[in-house]
Amino acid sequence: MQDFEVKAYPEMWHELNMDVERFDKARQMLGGAYTKIFLSQANRPQKMAYFDEMISEIFGGRVKELMQAKKEGRPVVGTFCVYIPEEIVVAANGICVGLCGGSPGSIPDAEKILPRNICPMVKSAFGFKAGRICPYFQVVDFVYGETTCDAKKKTWEILDRLVPTYVMEIPQMKKERDRTLWLEEVKDFKAKIEAVSGKTISSEQLAEAIKILNGKRQALQRLTKLRAANPAPISGKDALLIEQIAFYDEPVRFAAKVNELCDELDARAAKGEGILPKSALRVMVSGTPMALPNWKIHNLVESAGAVIVNEESCIGTRYFKDLITEGSLDMEKQLAALTDRYMRIDCSCFTPNDERVTQVLKEYKDSAAQGIIHYSLQFCHTYNIEEIKIREACQREGIPYLSIESDYSPDDVGQLQTRIEAFLEQVEG
Amino acid sequence: MDIGIDLGSRALKMAVFDGDELLECRMVESGFTPHQQAEELLKGLKPHRVIATGYGRHLAHKNFASGVITEIKAHSLGARYFFPQAMTILDVGGQDSKVITLNREGKVVNFQMNDKCAAGTGRFLEIMAASLGYTLAEFGPMALSSDHEAPINSMCTVFAESEVISLKNHGVPAADIARALHLAVVSRLVGMVRRMEESATLVFTGGVARNPAIVSLLQERLGVEVFVPSLPEHAGAVGAALHARTL
Repeated sequence: MQDFEVKAYPEMWHELNMDVERFDKARQMLGGAYTKIFLSQANRPQKMAYFDEMISEIFGGRVKELMQAKKEGRPVVGTFCVYIPEEIVVAANGICVGLCGGSPGSIPDAEKILPRNICPMVKSAFGFKAGRICPYFQVVDFVYGETTCDAKKKTWEILDRLVPTYVMEIPQMKKERDRTLWLEEVKDFKAKIEAVSGKTISSEQLAEAIKILNGKRQALQRLTKLRAANPAPISGKDALLIEQIAFYDEPVRFAAKVNELCDELDARAAKGEGILPKSALRVMVSGTPMALPNWKIHNLVESAGAVIVNEESCIGTRYFKDLITEGSLDMEKQLAALTDRYMRIDCSCFTPNDERVTQVLKEYKDSAAQGIIHYSLQFCHTYNIEEIKIREACQREGIPYLSIESDYSPDDVGQLQTRIEAFLEQVEG
Repeated sequence: MDIGIDLGSRALKMAVFDGDELLECRMVESGFTPHQQAEELLKGLKPHRVIATGYGRHLAHKNFASGVITEIKAHSLGARYFFPQAMTILDVGGQDSKVITLNREGKVVNFQMNDKCAAGTGRFLEIMAASLGYTLAEFGPMALSSDHEAPINSMCTVFAESEVISLKNHGVPAADIARALHLAVVSRLVGMVRRMEESATLVFTGGVARNPAIVSLLQERLGVEVFVPSLPEHAGAVGAALHARTL
């Protein structure tokens, strides 16, 4: 356990024009936090070893793979959202990679330029590029931006000065004309990827990409189902970590590794073994994404002796609950099927978005949770306001409920700990 | 003998029970090493169980306490001890303010806490009293002596202090400024209470419940009857001791 470190690759970082000295400190801090939060857990599944390795190589091995891919002329696209048609990128033999945006360390860099009172994720991400302290930002061909919120939408214009940023318009409603708009956007994006790679995407390639990403999503669905067992076979922290790694790992390898882990969890569940005793309180988290290394809420809840059994979040079920219908080799039909899948995403940027309330209640039942913690990043207006409807639904259903609004800074940890422990006392009855 | 100890941000409170009888309450300042202060408080006592609550609860648990409960649960139990019918509880301490709703059986069904900053808490009143050159004990009665409302818009301690300076330099009487500062706190507390389930009464605990101006303004602005226990600052410690008895 003491041997764990996030490995350093200073030469490669120089090659990527990073602020190496500063970045190296962040690397050490990440290693320390990871050891304390993850490696200290008892009864951890053995197959977590692969994901530990992914964190150990987060600034090395995976970045090397991306650099190699670029040398081979494969497009590498940086993303921040589940609303990116990844299948198109993979069909062009390209790579989608989630960018850094979950740490308070880069926020001062962003606040030199951006307003202070906007979402911490947007600020953190922008700061990672501005400070040259995220290797992924340095390696991408371009950043994929979307219009899911105002802070992002307007930040892309500024970010574009530092790294090429391509923006897709995400519809805000779900009428037929919104679907048409999104289909047009998907087609434009396909043309963009074809321009970057210099090759036309065939329907066979798209079919294969759809299959690959469905496979990855199915593996994550399987993991989610296994967490419904009591006792839970895996901690919420580890499951969240896997959901975070899903955004930057190679999809086929990742799916295989998640399935291997699930085989182990299956065996655990069959024997009635778990990460914590059966009596541990089961909590579901719902709301805004927790980008790596944002483990704040999970760490607080699980340190208080409860277990998190589900994340209804973009880094969570929203990313993998829907699949694309496979089987067609007709490009128009494939793109229509892809569009349909993405239009099912229940992001709070949509109005109305009542399907999310239904989904939260469904996941609460499916995961056999005993209470819901709604987590919203500060200044995330759409999720923060939609919280009212989630709260009302929980009151209606008699579900113990706690709403937390927080940013990345550690200064509210004392209050949050009290609130979370009081919530657990309430769940316990 | 069961003991509840509340390691708060400003003060340590202890309640000693023998069976159903509340034997005594003690209070000292938290100081720099609250758990050692707490151990001092316990000296010479031979309790069956010690339950800790408040910010220092986990540190106390590591050192001497047999268990912990949160302030939310502790104040709920404590409020019910003084007022068995309590449904809505407002607790304002040194660093936190919270509103708790109970069901008929006394279980917590909902609660709210202030965010990370200490706006609208005892600490705010303490600093504001000092900025006007008064003690905390003088501050509430002074506010009550005014019926004139000077505007204070800021709840941030730093900004409110600049507003106080500006008012002083406009010749506004100290009593009016004191009243304005109390009103600023009350309006924030009223906002928190209004977000919760409606109730005709309110039990007010924590050290700030000793402040007569806060109590009177709260009653006036909320339009509900406000009940203050005889030992409001000890409600948390009493609750913790009562919890110890159930173990």
